[in-house]
Amino acid sequence: MEPTAHFTKTALPGIGTRYDIDTEAGRHLSVVVHQDGRRILAFHDPEDDDNCRDAAPLDPSESLALAELLTPDPVGHLHQHLEIDLVTEHIPVTKRSPFAGRVLGSTQARTRTGASIVAVLRRTDAFPSPTPDFRFAIGDTLVVVGTREGVDAVADLIAGG
Amino acid sequence: MHDTTELLIELGAIILGLGILGRLAGRIGFSPIPLYLLAGLAFGHGGFLPLNASEEFIGTGAEIGVILLLLLLGLEYSASDLVTNLKTQYPSGIVDFVLNALPGAVCALILGWGPVAAVALAGVTWISSSGVIAKVLGDLGRLGNRETPVILGVLVIEDLAMALYLPIVTALLAGLSLSGASLTLVISLGTVGLVLYLALRHGRIISRMVSSDNPEMLLLVVLGLTVLVAGVAAELQVSAAVGAFLVGIALSGEVAEGAHNLLAPLRDLFAAVFFVFFGLSTDPADIPPVFFTALILALVTTCTKIATGFYAARRAGVKRAGRWRAGGTLVARGEFSIVIAGLAVGVEPRIGPLATAYVLILVILGPLTARWTEPLARKLLPHPKPRVEPEAAAAQTHADSTAAAN
Repeated sequence: MEPTAHFTKTALPGIGTRYDIDTEAGRHLSVVVHQDGRRILAFHDPEDDDNCRDAAPLDPSESLALAELLTPDPVGHLHQHLEIDLVTEHIPVTKRSPFAGRVLGSTQARTRTGASIVAVLRRTDAFPSPTPDFRFAIGDTLVVVGTREGVDAVADLIAGG
Repeated sequence: MHDTTELLIELGAIILGLGILGRLAGRIGFSPIPLYLLAGLAFGHGGFLPLNASEEFIGTGAEIGVILLLLLLGLEYSASDLVTNLKTQYPSGIVDFVLNALPGAVCALILGWGPVAAVALAGVTWISSSGVIAKVLGDLGRLGNRETPVILGVLVIEDLAMALYLPIVTALLAGLSLSGASLTLVISLGTVGLVLYLALRHGRIISRMVSSDNPEMLLLVVLGLTVLVAGVAAELQVSAAVGAFLVGIALSGEVAEGAHNLLAPLRDLFAAVFFVFFGLSTDPADIPPVFFTALILALVTTCTKIATGFYAARRAGVKRAGRWRAGGTLVARGEFSIVIAGLAVGVEPRIGPLATAYVLILVILGPLTARWTEPLARKLLPHPKPRVEPEAAAAQTHADSTAAAN
């Protein structure tokens, strides 16, 4: 783990607290934390370091989103090694499908293809984790997760191939 | 019955008018204070829309406005903020006092208004407007600047100094003898010290006693406590406003935050009423004769405030440009000049129009000097060749090469 960079803290009475950080690349950034939760991200002017060249006010939700983007994800790099190329696809149940009106179990999709039907979308509703006795209707959309080949096989199966 | 109806109609019209003015001010990005003052002038005696029925009601509202202004000011600072600032920035506070209070006092003496009015006018020219300045700093994106804590530090000291100054003025205006005035001063000094001590050492206990999860209870308890303390303080000749300020200081942490959020809209309403009331009690016809005096006083104290900011920023090791910015930012006067003038009007009525004109000028000029003092100083004054430090030069070349690469 990298050591944490050093920042200085200054009280701004009546407004909040300011944190300053000098980056390795020679830039000076400050974050003003307002008492009411707003934050301001300011970039200092390299020619006049007492002054801010630009300041971006952020509301709490925006600063949270920015913080998530900026946080070096401690498990992010693991994903690359564990990746097994799963894809998710939406597959419609048309009136030509042999499974329209039949239950999920009858497709034996997972046994045949290795891909799973993880949810069914029906007009206004969504049914997550449908059980084997879930009955398909024409117009349903199946959310299928699996390998590329597996998902394609389910698509063929549902379409009646 | 008829009176009540008239009162409702007038009051509704005034508040609605203020709302519209406030929106207008927001639209053009300006402080609404000058507009409220102008509205008060228009509604008052000699204005073109005189109102009578609601004057007493508005008078009470104005008093509550002052109490709430000071209470919320106290809530914004913790006792430790005040003590730290006092320790590090007291020389700037002294320079601020000497440079900016003196012109007011001298002006009053030249006009032949006597020593009491001199003390009051000194206060009018001394205290910058925390409200306007905090807003300007935010608007100009300068909260991250190095001179900003210095500016705020000066404001904190001014506000703390108000806790000593207001009782003195109140006592002097009440016509107390020297011994009476010094007794008041001792009482208020003792109270300020005691409250600071309690807030520093036992702030949690006070806050816990007042604390409540229910916003309604919190609002009633804080408001009731404040008005009660303000009343008792006024009874002791210590000035109601100072009592309110001390209640604000004594509350801290979550309670302060909650009370701040609950009371801020109330403060805005009653503060607006206060400015209108001040305008109401001033006859617009009295302003033109004093306008020239106000203008000169405004220009002189603009320069002295800039000098104050320059000095305070230099003490903090801010470079030249930042010193000019600090000076320009401090120029705005506003709510507290009016509060002080409002107290003094009873003794020296001529201070009302002068203070109105003075604040009108500086509340408009303040944001402009905040923006333009530094560019102007850069243009007009021969700039001393900046000492090029090797490290800075290296950083500069680096910045240049990145710029070129882009």
